[in-house]
Amino acid sequence: MIEVISKETGNKEMVINMGPQHPSTHGVLRLELVLDGEIITKVRPHIGYLHRCFEKYAEQMDDYAKVIPYTDRMDYVSAINQEHGYVIALERMLELEVPERVEYIRVIMAELQRIASHLLGIGAFGLDLGAFSPFLYLFTEREKILDIFEKVTGARLLYNYFAVAGLMRDVHPEFKTDTAEFVKTFRPKIKELNDLLSYNKIFIQRTANIGVLPEKVAFNYAASGPVLRGSGVKWDLRKNDPYSIYDRFEFDIPVGTGEVGTLGDCWDRYMVRVKEMEQSLRIIEQALDGMPDEGDVMAAIPKRIRAKEGEIYVRTESPRGELGYYIVSDKSASPFRVKARAPSFVHLSLLPAISRGSLIADMVAIVGSIDIVLGEVDR
Amino acid sequence: MAAILIHAAIPLTIILVYALVAIWGERKIAGFIQDRLGPMRVGGWHGWAQSIADLLKLIQKEDIIPTNASRFLFKFAPFMMFAASYAAFAVIPFSSAYIGSMINIGVFYLLAVTSILTLSVIMAGWASNNKWSLLGGMRSAAQMVSYEVPTIATVLTVVLVAGSLNLMTVTEMQAGNDTLGFLPNWLIFQNPFLIVAFIIFFISILAESHRVPFDLPESESELVGGYQTEYSGMRWAMFMLAEYADMLLLSLLGATLFFGGWNSPFGDFMGGPAWGFFWFMLKGLLLVFVMMWIRWTLPRYRVDQLMHICWNILIPLSFINLVLTALWEVIF
Amino acid sequence: MKTPEEIFEYLKNEFGEDALTFEKGDIGDPWILVDAASIKSVSKFLRDDPGMRFNTLMCLSGLHYPKEEELGVVYNLHSTELNQTITLKVRVPIDEPAVPSVEAIWKTADWHEREAYDMVGVTFEGHPNHKRILLPDDWEGHPLRKDYVPQEFYRGVTTRA
Repeated sequence: MIEVISKETGNKEMVINMGPQHPSTHGVLRLELVLDGEIITKVRPHIGYLHRCFEKYAEQMDDYAKVIPYTDRMDYVSAINQEHGYVIALERMLELEVPERVEYIRVIMAELQRIASHLLGIGAFGLDLGAFSPFLYLFTEREKILDIFEKVTGARLLYNYFAVAGLMRDVHPEFKTDTAEFVKTFRPKIKELNDLLSYNKIFIQRTANIGVLPEKVAFNYAASGPVLRGSGVKWDLRKNDPYSIYDRFEFDIPVGTGEVGTLGDCWDRYMVRVKEMEQSLRIIEQALDGMPDEGDVMAAIPKRIRAKEGEIYVRTESPRGELGYYIVSDKSASPFRVKARAPSFVHLSLLPAISRGSLIADMVAIVGSIDIVLGEVDR
Repeated sequence: MAAILIHAAIPLTIILVYALVAIWGERKIAGFIQDRLGPMRVGGWHGWAQSIADLLKLIQKEDIIPTNASRFLFKFAPFMMFAASYAAFAVIPFSSAYIGSMINIGVFYLLAVTSILTLSVIMAGWASNNKWSLLGGMRSAAQMVSYEVPTIATVLTVVLVAGSLNLMTVTEMQAGNDTLGFLPNWLIFQNPFLIVAFIIFFISILAESHRVPFDLPESESELVGGYQTEYSGMRWAMFMLAEYADMLLLSLLGATLFFGGWNSPFGDFMGGPAWGFFWFMLKGLLLVFVMMWIRWTLPRYRVDQLMHICWNILIPLSFINLVLTALWEVIF
Repeated sequence: MKTPEEIFEYLKNEFGEDALTFEKGDIGDPWILVDAASIKSVSKFLRDDPGMRFNTLMCLSGLHYPKEEELGVVYNLHSTELNQTITLKVRVPIDEPAVPSVEAIWKTADWHEREAYDMVGVTFEGHPNHKRILLPDDWEGHPLRKDYVPQEFYRGVTTRA
């Protein structure tokens, strides 16, 4: 057994590996923990177990559009949002016009995906804390979203649906009714979730005042998405740096309030996600109303994209936070450099800052509350 | 000799049959609570043979012992754990006609023997030579030793009212109806403080038998499997068996102490030894069901909160309750 | 809110013309090319100056320019207070790829810089934990260089499929 003597306290400490195979690290993350009893004195995250060379592949493709399927595989639980970011980056770079109908369908799909992703994130968070049943309830709902996706795209997880300045294919005629039906049935489930899990006394005891992330630290670590909003910052790229047609919709930005503990604790981050699902439903409803029934789903663009020399950094709001694509083109048919700025990567790097001095059980809660997807961390 | 063997065989049969049913039942209950079906294939009707199939699988599995494990202790721990919970069944009065051993200090014996469970869990955690197992073992030691105090204090409360350490005597004095005539003469209805005692007792046995929300020693999302991490095959099955047996044991103890043991809830109606066994198992299994129900509903406590609940809430409360019960007994 | 041009002018007053160049591709965002030696002071100024307030480093990427035989580091900055964005770029020769670390200014640079080192081989001076992040510590070469050839064996195991 590896033992070290702590310089500060003089206690014997134990080094323990949490992962890469561990039920609560959400994939193949390895956390090297230094423990004094059950108290964590040091955390060193080790990543790279799921590195699949996304950036290298992107450079090797002979077409910008061929990168899209690879973006799916980064954050595999919110594939649509990954595609969305990438196609928007290309469209901005090439200054392409996107048909109205496409924008609406994209927003609906992206928001459905956001709900699906949050359902998984919340459910897995509950699972980490030992609440098994909410996970399965939420999975049932997620299944319904996946059914909608399957009917539209033919796939359940990795869709390859968005294309540059368009979509791969039009939606089917029942798309609107299917989605409206889902919105109707899903709303009451959020209340059910709050009754079952969010305000459960044990759940609050396990998550309140744990892993507190102050606003200043959050900015310094460039946190974004629910993690930043959980610290009480009203910051959502859909509002603050609108892309696509998000400026047409009315919705609120839920932020952490410190309702049951300290501002920026695990519960706040969790609750932001729950409230965000309601806002996504609002966006979907408005988008369904505004969506034109007829229209092209592909703009008239050349079959092969050739960009001029230049570079662009475009960020969008993925369920996990700010998903940025930094794309450099050099006149050739393949991108010179594609860098994906993954929110999970950034959030994982702040793990040591917020978990020092907590217990192993808290570590599980903190990892769950920042909701990382290892596919995105390693890319 | 033959009598001893029969006395030994009866609880064992009960435990084995119960374990097979309870494991299948738990999965069905979990399925029901979670809007799914649970096992449906093996054996045809609602997958009733699933546990048997699992058992056959576990028997055939390779017996893996980690190279650096302490071999003897590693092999011995699961059997010791089962032996401890099995031995305690000796003093449980299953029916008016059957109790394994009619000793005068039944309750005392039961509590003493179940303490060995702690030892075997530590043994398993330490012998595995795995840090997760060790943490699980240490958690378990702290938890079980702590929660034994409120358990004993509440059992003591009952003993105070009943005036006997023999569980058969305790059951017999709960026969019939109370003075008003509509409630059974069970201890829980005799004295308001015994209701409090039962609540404390139930919380404590949840912790003693490692059930959610106190399943920290094996919490699969934190400690992987706790002290069971390195075990597989039959040895792991022994742990499971012991755990389920422990659940049943403590539930039956609760049924004996608070719910009239093998007494029928309808006075003499449906009485007699055979019905007695039925009522007793029904009461015990109902408590087991509540334990399962809780498991699939609640999240898990953290280790410091667990200790806080025990030492700061349950123990003071149980002792205050003990004193108040004594006063009640003196006054009425 | 300032445009990149205004930010460039603002910076020029502070640091002079030598260290900074304003550049723009045919399409996309413009950027400010910063001398490697002064990137740390420029960053600190950008973070602390009341007219700049770039409190977050959104992204840090490493690049390899095979034609010029140079490595590049790109910093995408954003100010949530003033809602302005700027891109900084540093280019260093490939045989001496040392860039001062900005980890002390934006903590998030910690992992991003490790990744840039891992992927293209830029070395960051003053980084507290200058190690590879995605690949094993004893991996050879930097995969995102354009002329990268994977090693054939890693610890005796073939890397070919």
